[in-house]
Amino acid sequence: MADVQPSLQAKGLYKRFGGLVAVDHVSLDVYPGEVIGLLGDNGAGKSTFIKMISGAYKPDGGQILLNGEAVSFSTPLEARRRGIETIYQDLALCDNLDASANIFLGREKMRHQLGIFRMLDRPYMLHESRQVLDQLDIRIPELRNPIRQLSGGQRQAVSIARAVYWNAHLMIMDEPTASLGVPEQLKVLELIRTLRNQGVPVILISHNMQDVFAVADRVIVMRRGSKAGERKISETTENEVVSLMVGAEYTQVIKQLHDAPEEVHITTHDESEKEIG
Amino acid sequence: MKVPDVAIPDANQSQPRKTALRPLDIVSRGWSWLFLLLLIIFFSITGQGFLNIYNFQTIGADMALVLIMALGQTFVIISGGIDLSTGFVMGMASVTAALVMSRMGGSAPLLVVVLLGLAAGLIVGLIPGLVNGLIIARLRVPSFIVTLGMYGIARGTGFILSGGQPVSIQTNGIGQIGNGYLLYLLPDGRFSFFHLPSNLQGVRPSQIVQLLPFPLIVLVIVTLICAWLLSQTRFGRHTYAVGGSEEAARRAGIPVIRHTILIYVLSALLASLAGVLYTLRFSNGAADVGDPLLLTSIAAVIIGGASLFGGEGTILGTVIGALIIAIIQNGLIFLGINPFWQFIAVGVVIILAVLVDQAKKQLIESS
Repeated sequence: MADVQPSLQAKGLYKRFGGLVAVDHVSLDVYPGEVIGLLGDNGAGKSTFIKMISGAYKPDGGQILLNGEAVSFSTPLEARRRGIETIYQDLALCDNLDASANIFLGREKMRHQLGIFRMLDRPYMLHESRQVLDQLDIRIPELRNPIRQLSGGQRQAVSIARAVYWNAHLMIMDEPTASLGVPEQLKVLELIRTLRNQGVPVILISHNMQDVFAVADRVIVMRRGSKAGERKISETTENEVVSLMVGAEYTQVIKQLHDAPEEVHITTHDESEKEIG
Repeated sequence: MKVPDVAIPDANQSQPRKTALRPLDIVSRGWSWLFLLLLIIFFSITGQGFLNIYNFQTIGADMALVLIMALGQTFVIISGGIDLSTGFVMGMASVTAALVMSRMGGSAPLLVVVLLGLAAGLIVGLIPGLVNGLIIARLRVPSFIVTLGMYGIARGTGFILSGGQPVSIQTNGIGQIGNGYLLYLLPDGRFSFFHLPSNLQGVRPSQIVQLLPFPLIVLVIVTLICAWLLSQTRFGRHTYAVGGSEEAARRAGIPVIRHTILIYVLSALLASLAGVLYTLRFSNGAADVGDPLLLTSIAAVIIGGASLFGGEGTILGTVIGALIIAIIQNGLIFLGINPFWQFIAVGVVIILAVLVDQAKKQLIESS
């Protein structure tokens, strides 16, 4: 991998809120066509870390390089213009518009009528939308319906198709399968594989270990604001990842739990931090 | 107008909410057409002289002011807001136009006087729209509150400008423009545009065929422009987007603040245009002429299928809504019914329209 330019490099990103260090010098390289799973307990700093990459937060320290070039975003829109797309659950689509209007939202294709009137080029936008949806193997029965008539998974797919159409260099997905039914979850995972095959790197944030193991190439584990570890999926196990997530003090317990569950008595005290942002 | 979609749902994608939504979707979009048709049939059978080209021209001219206000309101409501100031903005513009035209009258050619009055009315009306938009978009105050404040400000300004009395225009010819027709036909085959043929000897007034009253011409032009703006341009698409999800629109890079300001400016401009048309038609300007039209214009938008929650509505729908109201008002007169019943009839239709809208929303949310 050393001779390939990473799509995204985060170097020693650091963020604190008042006295609390939310993200403590975390680094991450993402290569083209790679799916990275980002795991961590609540309050581990995952979302703060991601928000620095997607432009929602400004880092207090560290550097972000996009295709080798240092970048600094003051708004999420700037990050999007540079090809970093974040897929949110529901927030980024207009339910009253159809799939093609959403894909071209804010970047509508216009055509000239009689030389002077500029008007929406609906046939073009519809055609292009159908193509990108086909390319990602997304089936939407009637493209002209407002997307509130679509299922959660289909809407997720429309967001992803929009990002792909506008040449996303990096796709960040925050809990993309939460609140979806099982068949739809599988569909979204399939879509992530399709993206990887087309060379678009994906950072997948998830609580769902199975999802991450199903699609990720590498996994980054965060714990209490720091990077607790980084593993290739092919060289690790769910148990190891869980140990990284919860920390050394529980590792022994988990091991025993795994070997002989009925003999273990767990006493814990709650020391989980409040989720930030 | 979007054609109701009746595509068969994909077999493996079919969900209960989808199949349940479709019939209601069609009802909620199509009911206003049906209702309008039933009204026309009903009044044609029961009202002597209702079904008549002159009567329809009268309906068109009478509804012009309300509908022009309603067109601007359509944009505002689709974007998820409401503009309560249009009535008194209309009055303010009407007073301004009347003042300019009565001062200028006689000292300049008629057309120049009219155009100056129009320009003055529109410029004065533009200011409240700009202020509304700025406060709503930049300071994020709810449109209901801001425009309610502007309702009072425009009302006061209109009365102060006019000195509390209607401003009447003595200049000859202004009323002829405001009440003129595009085409006049005489029984002997002679015709002329915009004013009566010169030699009218031996012609009884009832024999003259008058086609397309001036307010109706303006109305048709403005309606076509608004329909094009809303359905074919980026401006229209972004209006729907802001009403559907302001957050999503912002994330998509749509300049939401600028867009919102423009929408309120458009609404105020159209209200001012209605004010100037009033002045031309009745040769006077009064601060309170638009007040009774405000709620009627909002009713037209709602009856036309726009959602007060934002994101839904069409120009054609608003036209149908205004037609329904105008035909109820006009038809009841032909039936010789006490005119106060028209308020009750229009009120019932408004509530019906909102019930249909809410039933649709509830169905979407419950699924």
